[in-house]
Amino acid sequence: MSKREFKVWRGDAAGGKFVSYPVDVEEGMVVLDAIHQIQRQQAPDLACRWNCKAAKCGSCSAEVNGKPRLMCKTRLDSLPDGEPVTVHPMRSFPIMRDLVTDVAWNYTVNRKIPPFTPKKDTQWLMQQEDVDRVQEFRKCIECFLCQNVCHVVREHDKKDHFAGPRFFVRIASLEMHPLDSLDRIPLLKKEAGLGLCNITKCCTEVCPEEIHITDNAIIPMKERVVDRYYDPVQIVIRKLTGKDKKD
Amino acid sequence: MSDTSLASASASGGPHGLGATDRRDSWWLGPMLVFLGLVAFGVYSTWAAWTGTDYLLQSHGAYYLSPFYSPDVKDLFGIAPPFSFAFLILWIPLGFRATCYYYRKSYYRAFFLDPVACAVGEPKGRTYRGETAFPFILQNMHRYFFYLATIVLLFLWFDALRAFFFTGPGGHLQFGMGVGSIIMLLNVIALSAFSMGCNSFRHLIGGKMDCFSCSGAARTRYKLWKGVSVFNLRHQEWAWISLFSVGLTDLYIRLCCMGIIHDVRIF
Repeated sequence: MSKREFKVWRGDAAGGKFVSYPVDVEEGMVVLDAIHQIQRQQAPDLACRWNCKAAKCGSCSAEVNGKPRLMCKTRLDSLPDGEPVTVHPMRSFPIMRDLVTDVAWNYTVNRKIPPFTPKKDTQWLMQQEDVDRVQEFRKCIECFLCQNVCHVVREHDKKDHFAGPRFFVRIASLEMHPLDSLDRIPLLKKEAGLGLCNITKCCTEVCPEEIHITDNAIIPMKERVVDRYYDPVQIVIRKLTGKDKKD
Repeated sequence: MSDTSLASASASGGPHGLGATDRRDSWWLGPMLVFLGLVAFGVYSTWAAWTGTDYLLQSHGAYYLSPFYSPDVKDLFGIAPPFSFAFLILWIPLGFRATCYYYRKSYYRAFFLDPVACAVGEPKGRTYRGETAFPFILQNMHRYFFYLATIVLLFLWFDALRAFFFTGPGGHLQFGMGVGSIIMLLNVIALSAFSMGCNSFRHLIGGKMDCFSCSGAARTRYKLWKGVSVFNLRHQEWAWISLFSVGLTDLYIRLCCMGIIHDVRIF
């Protein structure tokens, strides 16, 4: 058994600082194990949100050595030896206490998205090729690491004009659904602020479920917005044919 | 337990300042390599296009045309501007790559530092409008550059195949192969793989549909979409491979034309 130094951010909305804790390291430990050990042995008042410890609930999101990650999925042996491990709460959301942030903004955005609305007299039968594409998006565990790392939120603080990658994924899953009847392209362009995304792929890089957020959700949605608002040929064709809805 | 001096004041959204991060890895390496790679290509390609010479190798029966000068509008259409005619062509592949989703990521990071890397601070005091306003709103025209680049690509295929035919002693064309033929073929394959993975193409070929199984045509487009998706998965790699292949192809032909190296005829 060896020891490692952990620097854990302690504080609240008013401010805070990193506090050092020595941790006994065993083989196979993840960062969340270390946080639990600190809670158990040194700082019982350390606040940390967690639940499943199996990378499925999306609760223990934090920034480990500056990288947005799930603490339960970050093995200590994957971090560089011989230097302290820093654990900071997600930087894009207001701090509640220690490692716990207030992610309520995400739920506010979510409520603005019209839910799945089946076509009239839907035949509830889908082929596998139609299921595959939207099924990838169902893997999302709502850890909000993508929202946290997105620079539109993180650096430019555009929360009032931008839905963020998690909700572009959700809108994509609805827009691509063959049985859905609603048109969310205007929502994407206007309220959701898809144009603010400059596709720098940080959301994809941090996704613990390895969803191809940018290539399979955001870019296809951008292309649908282009179809609707920017492609002059398609605009003319739609005007001539009177076809102004989804394919 | 002990307090440390690593105080962190800003803990929620907002500018953090250029380079502000707790990351310990070499996050600056990727953007730096992209910056150097794109600058090097930009300088070389501009110079190569500017010269207006040494772009066509015709010695020993070969016919190798530099991709920077294809199609040869001077020879085909008699267009002879007062500047190098390469500039009449190069705006198409330049526009295609400049509006490409992969390259956008690269240069937003490496040149505009927006963001320079994930979870790394940006310069303060900038107004951010993403791709909602001029000039970046023009990125939405990527599909039109794809159409134009596809036409150029057809000419490049013609040039690559033409490079396998050599003028014999009697003036007749005969099938053959030189190192230059192979280089030109590999280059056009790389360019095709890059184009085939284009995100706009992926959308137009089938991605825009909601139902892949609703008709025979939809099923065909689904298969095409799946095929394009294979290339799309490696779009970044093909972007770099094709960028360097096009530069190296020009360099090979140029050096042959200048007599610095000689094309090796295989048969």
